[in-house]
Amino acid sequence: MKKILTSLALLGLVVVGTGAIAAEEAHNAAAPTHFPINEPKEMDWSFAGPFGTYDKAQLQRGLKVYKEVCSACHSMNLVAFRTLSDLGYSDAQIKTLAAEYTIHDGPNDAGDMFDRPGKPSDHFPPPFANEEAAAASNGGAAPPDMSLLAKARGVERGFPRFVFDIFTQYAQGGPDYIHSLLTGYDQTPPAGMVIPEGTHYNPYFMSGVSLKMPKPLSDGQVTYDDGAPQTIDQYSRDVSAFLMWAAEPHMEDRKKTGFRVLVFLLLFGALVYLTKRKVWEGVAH
Amino acid sequence: MSATDTQDPNRRDFLYVATGMAAVVGAGALAWPFIDQMRPDASTLALASVEVDVASLTPGMSLIVKWRGKPVVVRNRTEQEMKDGEAVKLADLKDPIARNANLPADAPATDANRTTPGKEAWMVMVQVCTHLGCIPLGQEGEFGGWFCPCHGSQYDTAGRIRKGPAPENMAVPVFKFISDTKILIG
Amino acid sequence: MSEGHSTYTPKTGIERWFDARMPLPRMVYDSFIAYPVPRNLNYAWTFGGILAIMLVSQILTGIVLAMHFAADTSLAFDSVEKIMRDVNSGWLLRYLHATGASFFFMAVYVHIFRGLYYGSYKAPRELLWILGCIIYLLMMATAFMGYVLPWGQMSFWGATVITGFFSAIPLVGEWIQQLLLGGFAVDNPTLNRFFALHYLLPFMIAGVVVLHVWALHVVGQSNPTGIEVKSKTDTVAFTPYATIKDAFGMIVFLFFFAYFVFYIPNFLMAPDNYIVANPLKTPAHIVPEWYFLPFYAILRAITFNIGPINSKLGGVICMFGAIVMLFLVPWLDTSKVRSAVYRPWYKLFFWLFVADAILLGWLGSQPAEGSYVFMAQMATLFYFAFFLVALPVLGLIETPRRLPNSITEAVLEKNKGGGHHPAGATAAPETKG
Repeated sequence: MKKILTSLALLGLVVVGTGAIAAEEAHNAAAPTHFPINEPKEMDWSFAGPFGTYDKAQLQRGLKVYKEVCSACHSMNLVAFRTLSDLGYSDAQIKTLAAEYTIHDGPNDAGDMFDRPGKPSDHFPPPFANEEAAAASNGGAAPPDMSLLAKARGVERGFPRFVFDIFTQYAQGGPDYIHSLLTGYDQTPPAGMVIPEGTHYNPYFMSGVSLKMPKPLSDGQVTYDDGAPQTIDQYSRDVSAFLMWAAEPHMEDRKKTGFRVLVFLLLFGALVYLTKRKVWEGVAH
Repeated sequence: MSATDTQDPNRRDFLYVATGMAAVVGAGALAWPFIDQMRPDASTLALASVEVDVASLTPGMSLIVKWRGKPVVVRNRTEQEMKDGEAVKLADLKDPIARNANLPADAPATDANRTTPGKEAWMVMVQVCTHLGCIPLGQEGEFGGWFCPCHGSQYDTAGRIRKGPAPENMAVPVFKFISDTKILIG
Repeated sequence: MSEGHSTYTPKTGIERWFDARMPLPRMVYDSFIAYPVPRNLNYAWTFGGILAIMLVSQILTGIVLAMHFAADTSLAFDSVEKIMRDVNSGWLLRYLHATGASFFFMAVYVHIFRGLYYGSYKAPRELLWILGCIIYLLMMATAFMGYVLPWGQMSFWGATVITGFFSAIPLVGEWIQQLLLGGFAVDNPTLNRFFALHYLLPFMIAGVVVLHVWALHVVGQSNPTGIEVKSKTDTVAFTPYATIKDAFGMIVFLFFFAYFVFYIPNFLMAPDNYIVANPLKTPAHIVPEWYFLPFYAILRAITFNIGPINSKLGGVICMFGAIVMLFLVPWLDTSKVRSAVYRPWYKLFFWLFVADAILLGWLGSQPAEGSYVFMAQMATLFYFAFFLVALPVLGLIETPRRLPNSITEAVLEKNKGGGHHPAGATAAPETKG
């Protein structure tokens, strides 16, 4: 017991030290040194928590936003049309959807490359032929591929929040960040802040005061046919949820399997514990 | 363990058996993903069926497509080839079974049964020798069908084994004409 | 088993046949059934077994992942994603392997700290301890090279930074660095050789583990009192006593492992590693995996030149020195008493050392700027002071508490308070077979 107390006391000292450092950091609104300026807003996601599942209607709306807005600049190379069955589409719907895309294929018997309509086994075709072309068309910064964006972005949570995250199973840093970024445009930068030419101020951007991507969404831009509000906020939520699915398509399966595994380990552990007690009964140790 | 022997031995045995069973169940469940990962993955399965455009094939022409990693020949047979195929008596065949995945397993290997109704000119067949897996050459050999250079198996114009070490007719995969010029294989 | 007298008696004809030709059943019986272990081992001693199953788990998941992985810079990232998306149960195997590395290190740290606390490194267990240190070094090399394989941004830049250590060596540094990389920067040859070595090293670890267990079975387990086994009443048979206790420890450990794998598999991974490696763009913060953070903090703490040694070389020397300290522990500790249970001052310094290691780990994850640098320097100083000052000096000046005469006496003393154990418990537990 004493050693536990000692170690707790030591940990306490460390925590106090940390706080002191954090407080010491200067805050200068016009020239911030740590990004993002504002932390991402934590949203309620249907896929959060141990029993979280994707909201298929939301994913379908998110796909629509991706198709009609994001895909103009952002590729999604790792996602195959066939996997859209996860979103609740039938095989026939997926076939139609895939056929809307043109896939560059070849060479054919004559040795030529050719274009053909997409098949379910194809992946989403990229909007630009290569990364250099993407960068050249977008002011020098190639728009990142979106397949893993929801796992590739995450603002550092800091101590002690990252410890609590273990217990709350917080794993939504990516979608929270994307949603905040998409809804974070149109704000007035603090007086005196220098915004580089050709970039757009966004206090939620994680690597600077501004980014090359202009505000991509506006109210009413994408038509929803399920009655969901056609607002920037709703678009951002939907596309963030869709990107989470794109990055982690087997999440539901994972959590479902996990629950079974943990229940098994709990029961098995109880049995082994009882066996252990029986075995050691009468043996002082 | 003298101390424990005074207790009800049945209860202790039950506990040991239950624990042991749980361990076996757990080990079995754990083994599954390691076996499961060996099966064809989702991207492989997505390519399990292919569509072939055969509009350009006039009688006497064939094309070869890759299906499930194997060559499938699509041949628009000539009148002569069809006649040769129909003339063969079932009793002369080394393998009297059609080996056509679209028909019952015991269908006889008539020329018609090697093709699909209404499109008897068309041979669609996995062009892999049933002996040891080599690729036979088309329109060669004594029977004007296929000839396997590896061990000399000879197939007729309907892809049936006639001579040589191969035991079976070449396999006809699941296929159908989805239009007059398009075949769906698989 | 320790003195080589076997209690194995083959019962059936087959057993006798085997025993006369290749006494494997005898070896298993002597090492894992009749092998006597101190009766007072606590749950900290179950981590040896836990480490064994983690090694097996890593090797098994690793082999099946290798069936799908492509060690080529243009394919590696996508092949890992193919495992995650298309391969049946692929996501599970990959998360087991990636999270497994972290849990392997968690277990090894508990195991090492347990050894430090109870003085398990002291004579006659020096060789046992050093074999353990070698396993730890091999684990670090394996983990580092494995982290490069997914070919994400952190993979690439981690490899660049770590191989950069060698360029600090005077004269031959650059030559060695190019030898390791197979080029002038991390590229396809690097990825290929790291894959080959990442596949090889775990089997070398398994080999050293065999030596580690062999050395253990020669000298026997240490125990919380630090007193050697003196009579038969001090021990119990490995099976069923230690086996079942180990099994319970393993299941509890696996429960936490499964929690991470299934619910927060990316908690211990850097988001940047989901971006494909780009040799032209460094991520804002290059942070190694958590288990390397204390050493990373020590590396960065040396911001000043020490005489002819510049800060870069100094940092690398200190970092490797921090690991070398572990090898020297058996000879740095001058105490005659093994266990910290009877060493009040050592106990205090031990917990300060644990806190220091955690602090270093946290500092390693922070940007090297402002007061963090000073804190890291102080923590580094304490790290080395623990080994080079506290261990030798405390052994000479500390007055240990009274030691019990035997393990049995210590156990009885402990149980007197509870009083619910029958007096008959003093009898030696009957061993099976």
